[in-house]
Amino acid sequence: MRKPSLPLWLWAGVIFVFLYAPIAVVIVYSFNSARHGGPWQGFTLDWYAKLFDSREKIEAAKNTLVLGLASTGIATVLGTLLGYGLSRYRFPGKKLFSRLMYIPVVIPDIVMAIAMLMFFSLLRDRLGLFELGMTTMILAHVTFQIPFVAIVIRSRMIGIDPAIEEAARDLGASAAQTFRHVTLPMILPAVVAGAMLAFTLSLDDFVVSFFTTGPGAGTLPILIYASVKRGITPDINALSTLIVLVSVIGTLAGLLLERPRRSSGES
Amino acid sequence: MATPGRSKQGVEVRFGERLTPARQIVRSALTSGPGILWVNVFLLVPLLAVIAMSFLTRGSYGQIGLPLTFENYTRLAGFGAFGFDPLYPLVILRSLVLAAGTTLVCLIAGFPLAYFIVQLKPRAKQIALTLVVIPFWTNLLIRTYAWQILLGPESLAARLGTALGLVEAGQPLYPSLGAVYLGMLAAYLPFLVLPLYSSFEKLDWSIAEAAMDLGADAPRVLRHAILPQVLPGMVAGMILVFIPAVGQFVIPDLLGGARTVLLGNAIQQQFGSSRDWPFGAAIAFVGMAVVMIGLWYYARTAGSDSEEALL
Repeated sequence: MRKPSLPLWLWAGVIFVFLYAPIAVVIVYSFNSARHGGPWQGFTLDWYAKLFDSREKIEAAKNTLVLGLASTGIATVLGTLLGYGLSRYRFPGKKLFSRLMYIPVVIPDIVMAIAMLMFFSLLRDRLGLFELGMTTMILAHVTFQIPFVAIVIRSRMIGIDPAIEEAARDLGASAAQTFRHVTLPMILPAVVAGAMLAFTLSLDDFVVSFFTTGPGAGTLPILIYASVKRGITPDINALSTLIVLVSVIGTLAGLLLERPRRSSGES
Repeated sequence: MATPGRSKQGVEVRFGERLTPARQIVRSALTSGPGILWVNVFLLVPLLAVIAMSFLTRGSYGQIGLPLTFENYTRLAGFGAFGFDPLYPLVILRSLVLAAGTTLVCLIAGFPLAYFIVQLKPRAKQIALTLVVIPFWTNLLIRTYAWQILLGPESLAARLGTALGLVEAGQPLYPSLGAVYLGMLAAYLPFLVLPLYSSFEKLDWSIAEAAMDLGADAPRVLRHAILPQVLPGMVAGMILVFIPAVGQFVIPDLLGGARTVLLGNAIQQQFGSSRDWPFGAAIAFVGMAVVMIGLWYYARTAGSDSEEALL
């Protein structure tokens, strides 16, 4: 086993401080009683209490939750089937489709956002469907969540011994039964992990929501953006701290559930 | 994966069942079908619509229609109604330079970090990787406005800047190009470190040791024995940083101020206040072209497992 040299330790230390300083400062300031930021003036929970007074914020929190749960539900089902299908069956053009799946992962948010805005607006003008609002936001979020779920499922499938499914088939189970009673239980941790990550993605998204939302369907990130444009207030730090907390729990849970694949996949 | 047995009719025995190519397609349609359909309908079709839109004309009342025209692209290239204006060529150039700069900064910060993590003990490795991944999954908007606090007029950084004579006392360090770079580095570092790390993980150290035994000094070992081995992961990471960085909207918007108009802000303007969709679509096409070229280059050079390192 090699040991990192001292300069490497220092470098890594600096980078980690750099990565976590923004998160830390938001958390610290959410407990700072100073009204306009600035130096520390004592501990307070007032900003958290203030959050619950604001109807606007509670409404936005509700929207964020509805959006996150609905989109995660749809994306987890479709993404799981997609990840399973891509790792088990062949079809013409599969390679192309697998590659297209990475478009939502790397495309600049803004390009995806305006493409969907345009698409929904044009359909609304022609068909009267897709009025911008919660529904269009859910449709948009599912679109960028599906690939992430599918990628998690597919890498889990690689670590699964096909002999187990073969045994089920030999014992007379149909393909659907095999999937339901044999494959699904084995990939369940990955399904949950995918769902956690999908929910986190939805919670983190600002740009796509901003362009595909409509009146009365604002989310927390949209509200934060508007507040930041006016000048940061301490209650926004409190709100952000709560969002970061949920993301960190979601990510950690997702990563922990996903972990077994690393040991089996690498061997 | 088990190697499937293939008979001459193209019937395969896979996972305990005999599948004809036709049955495989049926199964694919039942499993992958809905997901593929969804992404195609709600992303691919809209992206194609953006391309179509970029060739349409905007009327004087904001209505969109025929004739088909290249005008949006000539305007983007700088040849507008009032002669040559370098505004938009500069926007594109600035965005590409910012993305390239971000890639370089991420590489400088991330290469030693990946090299550090791979040398840790297995347990410490997991913790370090998790620490790299967590910021990636927390809200970018929040992490970006936090830099406004960290670079604010009374912050440590601003006082340090004053002491060094960079800014006047009581002035914030943003909006500035430097602030944008800080925000970009913090946002995109994981995209580079994770694929690079997975290349480091496969590194054959004996080659480096052999080079050392033969008398190569540290820089030459790095250059000739280590770098060639981790190149695929490094290129993958660089592409994964460059593509989304070209169109980044929130970071320049919050840390760059009005003077640094970039692709992202320009698109937002056309789809927001200016309501010139055909022209906005033409600008967005530049972003899409970067994605296409990037992904194509990626497929050619990097392994297919590199994207999955992000998860």
